[in-house]
Amino acid sequence: MKIIARAALFLIGAFTVFAAAAAEPFPTTYQVPASGPVLIQGATVLTGTGERLDDTDVLIANGRISAVGKGLKAPAGGTVISAVGRWVTPGIVDIHSHLGVYASPGVVAESDGNEATSPVTANVWAEHSIWPQDPGFELALEGGVTTLQILPGSANLIGGRSAIVKNVHAVTYQAMKFPGAAYGLKMACGENPKRVYGEQKQFPSTRMGNVAGYRQAFADAQDYLQQWDKYHRDLDQYQKDTAKHGSAGGKDVSVPTPPKRDLKLETLAEVLKGNIRVHVHCYRSDEMATMLDIADEFGFKIAAFHHAVEAYKIADRLAEHGVCAAMWADWWGFKMEAFDGVQENMPMVDFPEHSCAIVHSDSPDGIQRLNQEAAKSMAHGERVGLHVTPERAIRWLTINPAKSLGLQDRIGSLEAGKGADVVIWNGNPFSVYARADQVFIDGALGFDREHPPAKPPSDFLLGQANQGAQP
Amino acid sequence: MKLLTLASVMAASMGITSTLGASELLVRGATVYTVSSQGTLKNADVLVRDGLIVAVGTSLPASAGATIVEAKGRPLTPGLCGGLTAIGIEEVSQEPSTVDTTISQSAPGWNQQWRPETDLTLAFNPRSALVPVARVEGVTWTVLAPGLGDGDSGIVADSIIGGQSAAVSLDGRFDAVLQGSRVLYVQMGSAGAKLAGGTRAGEYVLLDQAIREARAQGAIAPGSLLHAAGREALRPYLAGGRVIFQVDRAADILRVVAFAKRNGMSPVISGGTEAWVVAKELAQADVPVILNPLDDLPADFDRLAATLDNAARLQRAGVRIAFSGGDARNARLVRQLAGNAVAHGVPWDAALAAITANPADILGMGATRGHIAAGQAADLVLWSADPLEVSTLADQVWIAGRPVALQSRQTELRDRYIGPLKLHQAR
Repeated sequence: MKIIARAALFLIGAFTVFAAAAAEPFPTTYQVPASGPVLIQGATVLTGTGERLDDTDVLIANGRISAVGKGLKAPAGGTVISAVGRWVTPGIVDIHSHLGVYASPGVVAESDGNEATSPVTANVWAEHSIWPQDPGFELALEGGVTTLQILPGSANLIGGRSAIVKNVHAVTYQAMKFPGAAYGLKMACGENPKRVYGEQKQFPSTRMGNVAGYRQAFADAQDYLQQWDKYHRDLDQYQKDTAKHGSAGGKDVSVPTPPKRDLKLETLAEVLKGNIRVHVHCYRSDEMATMLDIADEFGFKIAAFHHAVEAYKIADRLAEHGVCAAMWADWWGFKMEAFDGVQENMPMVDFPEHSCAIVHSDSPDGIQRLNQEAAKSMAHGERVGLHVTPERAIRWLTINPAKSLGLQDRIGSLEAGKGADVVIWNGNPFSVYARADQVFIDGALGFDREHPPAKPPSDFLLGQANQGAQP
Repeated sequence: MKLLTLASVMAASMGITSTLGASELLVRGATVYTVSSQGTLKNADVLVRDGLIVAVGTSLPASAGATIVEAKGRPLTPGLCGGLTAIGIEEVSQEPSTVDTTISQSAPGWNQQWRPETDLTLAFNPRSALVPVARVEGVTWTVLAPGLGDGDSGIVADSIIGGQSAAVSLDGRFDAVLQGSRVLYVQMGSAGAKLAGGTRAGEYVLLDQAIREARAQGAIAPGSLLHAAGREALRPYLAGGRVIFQVDRAADILRVVAFAKRNGMSPVISGGTEAWVVAKELAQADVPVILNPLDDLPADFDRLAATLDNAARLQRAGVRIAFSGGDARNARLVRQLAGNAVAHGVPWDAALAAITANPADILGMGATRGHIAAGQAADLVLWSADPLEVSTLADQVWIAGRPVALQSRQTELRDRYIGPLKLHQAR
């Protein structure tokens, strides 16, 4: 609420100010599409809250989950879908995608994911690189993905703001932006930043350089916040004085001048204020521990470690800190910081109380089969006595990633009142043979395997040499 | 020949040739996927002696002292082929000192020398950490593949000829190369074009020149692509030798096949993202395709017609297909490729064949590998359930009749950390 109060104050002051609550630039134009009610009947439902409900119905109305239960009444004028023998889950949330910023085809002209020209580019926003015509969005939708966090790459210590989007086909990224979702900040540990800059004989070229880089950036942001706080105090005082003493106030006091806006520090200041969520690309457990200490030093919270290949080594600590770990099932060894990967990472991270294990993709291929990534991890967990049920594992793909985005009250589970992002699978989703039959976003049917789009939704593929490629 | 002698002495001294030791193994009561004309045999036995399968049937007798494994109906398949990978020739792909996949003379363009005599099997390290990681999941052999090297390691290829290679067994023996599987690699398409003067047309200019040089006798002319060793190395491939062409675009595939056949080569298509477009022609020409059935993205302008239906369409047209994901560290995912191919229209038996019998046949080893039949190498995997399902794991793996310890660097890391975690978090 502080933000709103401050925004009001700014308006009184008639200044353009940096607070996010002043007119949001690049506002979302996403609208929940009009759609009739839908009753999905007789399914095995994994709610995302940890429950499995057999022979259960899910009712969607006005773009929201209206009810989950047995024997629900078909709404007047609604669609009824028999899902007997099929499984229903919340829509999948992938918190690590580069769709649109590293689009297909992977040509030079569409390589927009890394502003690798300076180690701290908190001023760039991934949404300004998103090409909505990336054919990968549709393929991800066919895999049940309804919400994505699109991130800048990991060349930089601080790579910029992420974009949280609905996986809807649109001509502009604004029409995909998830209304009300907080921005994320992409940070990166380890080999990538020190390699990218070290090879150019620039700072940083070591891990200690990396840490110095993060700390200086946040120290600068603290200073920037203080400058603005002082300005606000001075402005406050000035307004009180002028109110008390008339326009001149009887004193020779000039109107306080606001500090110059710095887009980089503005983003970091929002992190310090808790308005932007921090997502850190970090493979090694020791580096994750360093990042947790940096977060404590500057008073911000880390939402999730991504590519957390070694998270299993500090599963307890991550759970204690309430930090999510986003993982692959089996990527390992392509660089030294990934050399200690194990296939039980997810079930091990999931094991402690209050844990938050997440499956993520970082890949336009992997994003199409996140359910299979979870399934592989479940099998390996099972073999070492970490039994993970489907109703628990679905959380890795739905409510846990939603939580890391701060959207756990909006999406990620099938509960009355939540947005109706729903997937109907042809069977148990934790099978290699499973396919998403129907995918709903906010109650609207986004993909229907029985009626696939006659032409590819991406403009790029129209009239190209792909005719006949569609099933 | 000195090298060969040394290898065989070393192998013999370690007791790891198949002629030593009269070990016998009987796997009893399995669902045996023979991947042969015998099809699937329920409640069947497989008898192994001295590293070879000697009988497949019911109620087979074992000698006294034989190891007997009760399968209790679980599936038994041939050992899997990991596809075309750099297992053992690339450890950590972003660490150049650990990468041996790519030969580079640092002289790109037209004035380079080609080195088809390069033999990647000479770089193979059977003690690589990647080897156990693959084999504990039932991958018992792989085909070594060169890289373009323009990805992670910083080493960049400068020739569309990646060198020669062969299939290797993953049981850790020093003499791992599987006889008769020799193959030459050629990179075509847009990735080859930049190594051939900047256009894919240049690929044919250079290939044609190299072939003329290989066929020519006499002194090496200035400006030649090949050294004397290169000429010699190339000749067998012009007399029916197996050449794997990495190529994706439909038009390129047809051209490559015609070019290869005209020059006496036996072409194999690798990649083949758009192969479904020319499936009929490939079937007619009896050209096999090694593909990743999950390649469905228009990842570049050579692959605009990518589709998950590629494998099914090729299979229906009668093309021999094999699956390869290409990642040395995740060769184990070939099962997942096959399972997904089934989900997208490939019959289950054909999908299993695409990771067992077909790669063996394509590499010229079908008589000894890839099937469960008498006379075949006893590379066997006993699975917990459906071998193409992602929730299934290998219960037991044998290579050349010997059991594989189900241990790897990954299981050891897991075991170090899982105990304390369970203790702290008893629930």
